[in-house]
Amino acid sequence: MRLYNKPAHVLHDMLVSGEITSVQLTQDVLARIDEVEGDVRAYLTLTRDEALAQAKAVDAKIAAGEPISFLEGIPGAIKDNICTKGVKTTCASKILEHFVPPYDATVMTKINKENPVILGKTNMDEFAMGGSTENSGFFPTHNPWNTECVPGGSSGGSAAAVAAGTAIWAIGSDTGGSIRQPASFCGVVGMKPTYGRVSRYGLVAYASSLDQIGPLTRDVTDCAHLLNIISGHDEMDSTSSDVPVPDYTKSLVSDVKGLKIGLPREYFVKGMDPEVEKTVRAAIDQFRSMGAEVVDISLPHTDYAISTYYLIAPAEAATNLERYDGVSYGERVDGEDLVEMMTNTRSELFGEEVKRRIIIGNYALSAGYYDAYYLKAMKVRTLVQQDFTVAFRDVDVIMAPTAPTPAYKIGAMIDDPLQMYLQDACTVPVNLAGLPGISIPCGFSSQNMPIGLQIIGKPLGEETLLRAAYTYEQSQNFHQQMANLGGKEA
Amino acid sequence: MKYEAVIGLEIHCELKTKTKIFCGCATGFGADQNTHVCPVCLGLPGVLPTINKRVVEFAIKAGLATNCEINKYSKFDRKNYYYPDLPKNWQTSQYDLPIAIHGWVDIDTEDGRKRIRLTRIHMEEDAGKLVHSGTNIKNSLTSNVDYNRTGVPLLEIVSEPDLRSAEEARTYMEKIKTIMQYIDVSNCRMEEGNLRADVNVSLRPVGSETLGTRTEMKNINSFKGLEDAINYEVERQREVLEDGGHIVQETRTWDPERGMTLSMRSKENAHDYRYMPEPDLPPIVTTDEQIAKYRDELPELPDARRERLEKDYGLSDYDAGIITGSRASAEYFDAVVAAGADAKLAANWMMGDLAKNLNAENLTIEQSPVDAKRLGAMIGLISKGTISSKIAKKVFKEMWTCPDDPEKIVKDKGLVQITDTSAIEGIVDEVIAANEKAVNDYKGGNKKAIGALVGQVMKKTRGKANPQMVNKLLAQKLNG
Repeated sequence: MRLYNKPAHVLHDMLVSGEITSVQLTQDVLARIDEVEGDVRAYLTLTRDEALAQAKAVDAKIAAGEPISFLEGIPGAIKDNICTKGVKTTCASKILEHFVPPYDATVMTKINKENPVILGKTNMDEFAMGGSTENSGFFPTHNPWNTECVPGGSSGGSAAAVAAGTAIWAIGSDTGGSIRQPASFCGVVGMKPTYGRVSRYGLVAYASSLDQIGPLTRDVTDCAHLLNIISGHDEMDSTSSDVPVPDYTKSLVSDVKGLKIGLPREYFVKGMDPEVEKTVRAAIDQFRSMGAEVVDISLPHTDYAISTYYLIAPAEAATNLERYDGVSYGERVDGEDLVEMMTNTRSELFGEEVKRRIIIGNYALSAGYYDAYYLKAMKVRTLVQQDFTVAFRDVDVIMAPTAPTPAYKIGAMIDDPLQMYLQDACTVPVNLAGLPGISIPCGFSSQNMPIGLQIIGKPLGEETLLRAAYTYEQSQNFHQQMANLGGKEA
Repeated sequence: MKYEAVIGLEIHCELKTKTKIFCGCATGFGADQNTHVCPVCLGLPGVLPTINKRVVEFAIKAGLATNCEINKYSKFDRKNYYYPDLPKNWQTSQYDLPIAIHGWVDIDTEDGRKRIRLTRIHMEEDAGKLVHSGTNIKNSLTSNVDYNRTGVPLLEIVSEPDLRSAEEARTYMEKIKTIMQYIDVSNCRMEEGNLRADVNVSLRPVGSETLGTRTEMKNINSFKGLEDAINYEVERQREVLEDGGHIVQETRTWDPERGMTLSMRSKENAHDYRYMPEPDLPPIVTTDEQIAKYRDELPELPDARRERLEKDYGLSDYDAGIITGSRASAEYFDAVVAAGADAKLAANWMMGDLAKNLNAENLTIEQSPVDAKRLGAMIGLISKGTISSKIAKKVFKEMWTCPDDPEKIVKDKGLVQITDTSAIEGIVDEVIAANEKAVNDYKGGNKKAIGALVGQVMKKTRGKANPQMVNKLLAQKLNG
């Protein structure tokens, strides 16, 4: 019996009942990695030996009759911009190619308490800048549904691993859609929690006021469990929310009667793939048929969200990435003097997209330009937030496509960054407003590529999102379908 | 043409918190290199700052003590520039919403009291320390960084260009030092770099209201350096202007060994700091209640204390100024008075023998071997007539090396003043009999001659006789 294709909550029950051991499970997922990782390339670092040792320890615990926690003994993967003590954390950048953090991110401390099996660190767009994982400083990751296509990004490695069965669950980060969009492209569940719900301590910063860590899972149930584990206030992150964390699994209730859904008309216009629109509208019809009420709403400043995001995020990134200078850690390219050393290091080791954003960000912050760009962007950000505040007076959740297209071919947009930026149109406003958003599978294109439905909630409204997502998931089986990767199975 | 100097100071004052501004590392001075460090102050990937609440408290107290308005909504900003002593390549500082604004302090000048306005006080983190194999980063083969100081909390106290001379600048900086010590937010140890100043200097024709082009001198860490640098720079600028030249707006560095300022970088090469609001720290919101609480916790400040000493004890403005010049000295004075001493005598002793002895041994008043209680008791003995002022000097000298109470020293050494008339009378008679010449001089109208006789009596009693009594007895006998 193969195990790699099951969700964590099913595997947890099988571990508890003694039907399987963690070593069997881990070996099965490692076997899956052997089968398909060559085609998918989701991982930057694999920690096979540590994974098996962790599994053995869990089995000993179970054999001794001790109770186990939800994630205990279940193999998962971590995006490579989350610091893991003693394990390389590269952000898919050559500048951090051999960087081994001396500390764990808070999210790792919380996860490690659960005693899971960690398989390794996943590929991503360098420093989380991108939407296709093609901007990795090492190699692109391939979409398990069609390996000629991108998996989305920047958490493309995490999404592809869950979709390919090379991880049961994964952790990603979302600054402008980096969890939701790859989840949509790979046919998995991905949630960006409310800004502040999950500690950012140890998440290598891209854009601090937008970054948020979240789970990528096979289904909504696993998402709720993961969210329980990673959420909560952290003294090390002053921007983390100290509102108590509810038990999110209590939201796994199949009932959307009376739920008021808003459809923002600005999210269903130009540039959207007709198949995506058709599929998403069908999913919303399904909600209606289950008793939800659907109304049209307007988020009038949506058009400005992309330009706003592409000023604020690069500005924050420009300063956040100043520390990679070759002085005290990371890689160094020598030069005749200090300035030349720093210049060589940054010029040679950062990728094109990272350099593009650093230059945009520094330009926007320069004396004489600050008011026209950064300050104005901050003001528009407030307007985007207010759009949502007004809309949420009338509706409980907002639904929209996660991405305007299904996964596209590798290389199709790499020379057209502006076109690539427009891919974020439906996800970026949610980060600007700090809201929670989830992407769940809602169907397939004619090319059999997954399509995601995005549900956006009020601040700290994760419970409502989970209930809506769970109810929908119960009504169909898209989430149970897995990429077959040319039928590769040993 | 006659020029006047226009001077403004940016004083960096290291706060005496136990831990750094954004992490839990110790702030102590003199530890082994790179031992007071953690991922946060090393700026490793993924770390976030958390504000040390004591820093905010200290900053607000500093603002209140210098008559500032406290910004109830204040925030941190990133000041970006590349330098290897800054692990993140930005300094977390405050830009447009500093914690305190619009304050003032009064200083004493030759022309009387003068009010110096403060533009602002803001909080920021210190940088690390570079150790070069050569003399600077450009000519060094290797440079090492010690990150112990990285993230040590600083206040930057910015004055308006209200100062007109090197002396005023020094007095102003001393005043800031005194206030920071009074409110106990900084050790203000210059030799440890606790207090450093960037100085802006420009010249303008006397009577002109427009500011001239200024130069800035960075990181001056002694009062002498401050005065020397300003005097040098004023002279340099005067020469340039008098030769018909123009001052170039630039940053200059003060070289204390060569006694001159040298050009560091011009305005064209000035950094564009690309300030950005710090997204990892929420704004600092302060309530009226918190401000009132911090105001209540402030000790009596130097100006108020000085006025009190003048009013309550009749001390001169000068004496009161010296005594309240440091919190330690003011507290020492109060303790001397509390121990029973007359206030004016206490002031005299502190500014006389105590100051002399401390200076001779290069000690601070806190390190004085004679504490306030013992000095107070000794002055009490003078007032009671147990010892004379002259004997008191001997007693004080003894107390400097011996921890005993003054009463015990006086007793052990037999220094009690002889106030018994009969005991002195015999000696007076002896002296009169043995000094015919002086006696005759006195009787012949040279009243000053009595001094020699008093001296003889004092010598014979080894200083223990009460000199007034001796004087009186001698006069009686000679006139009688």
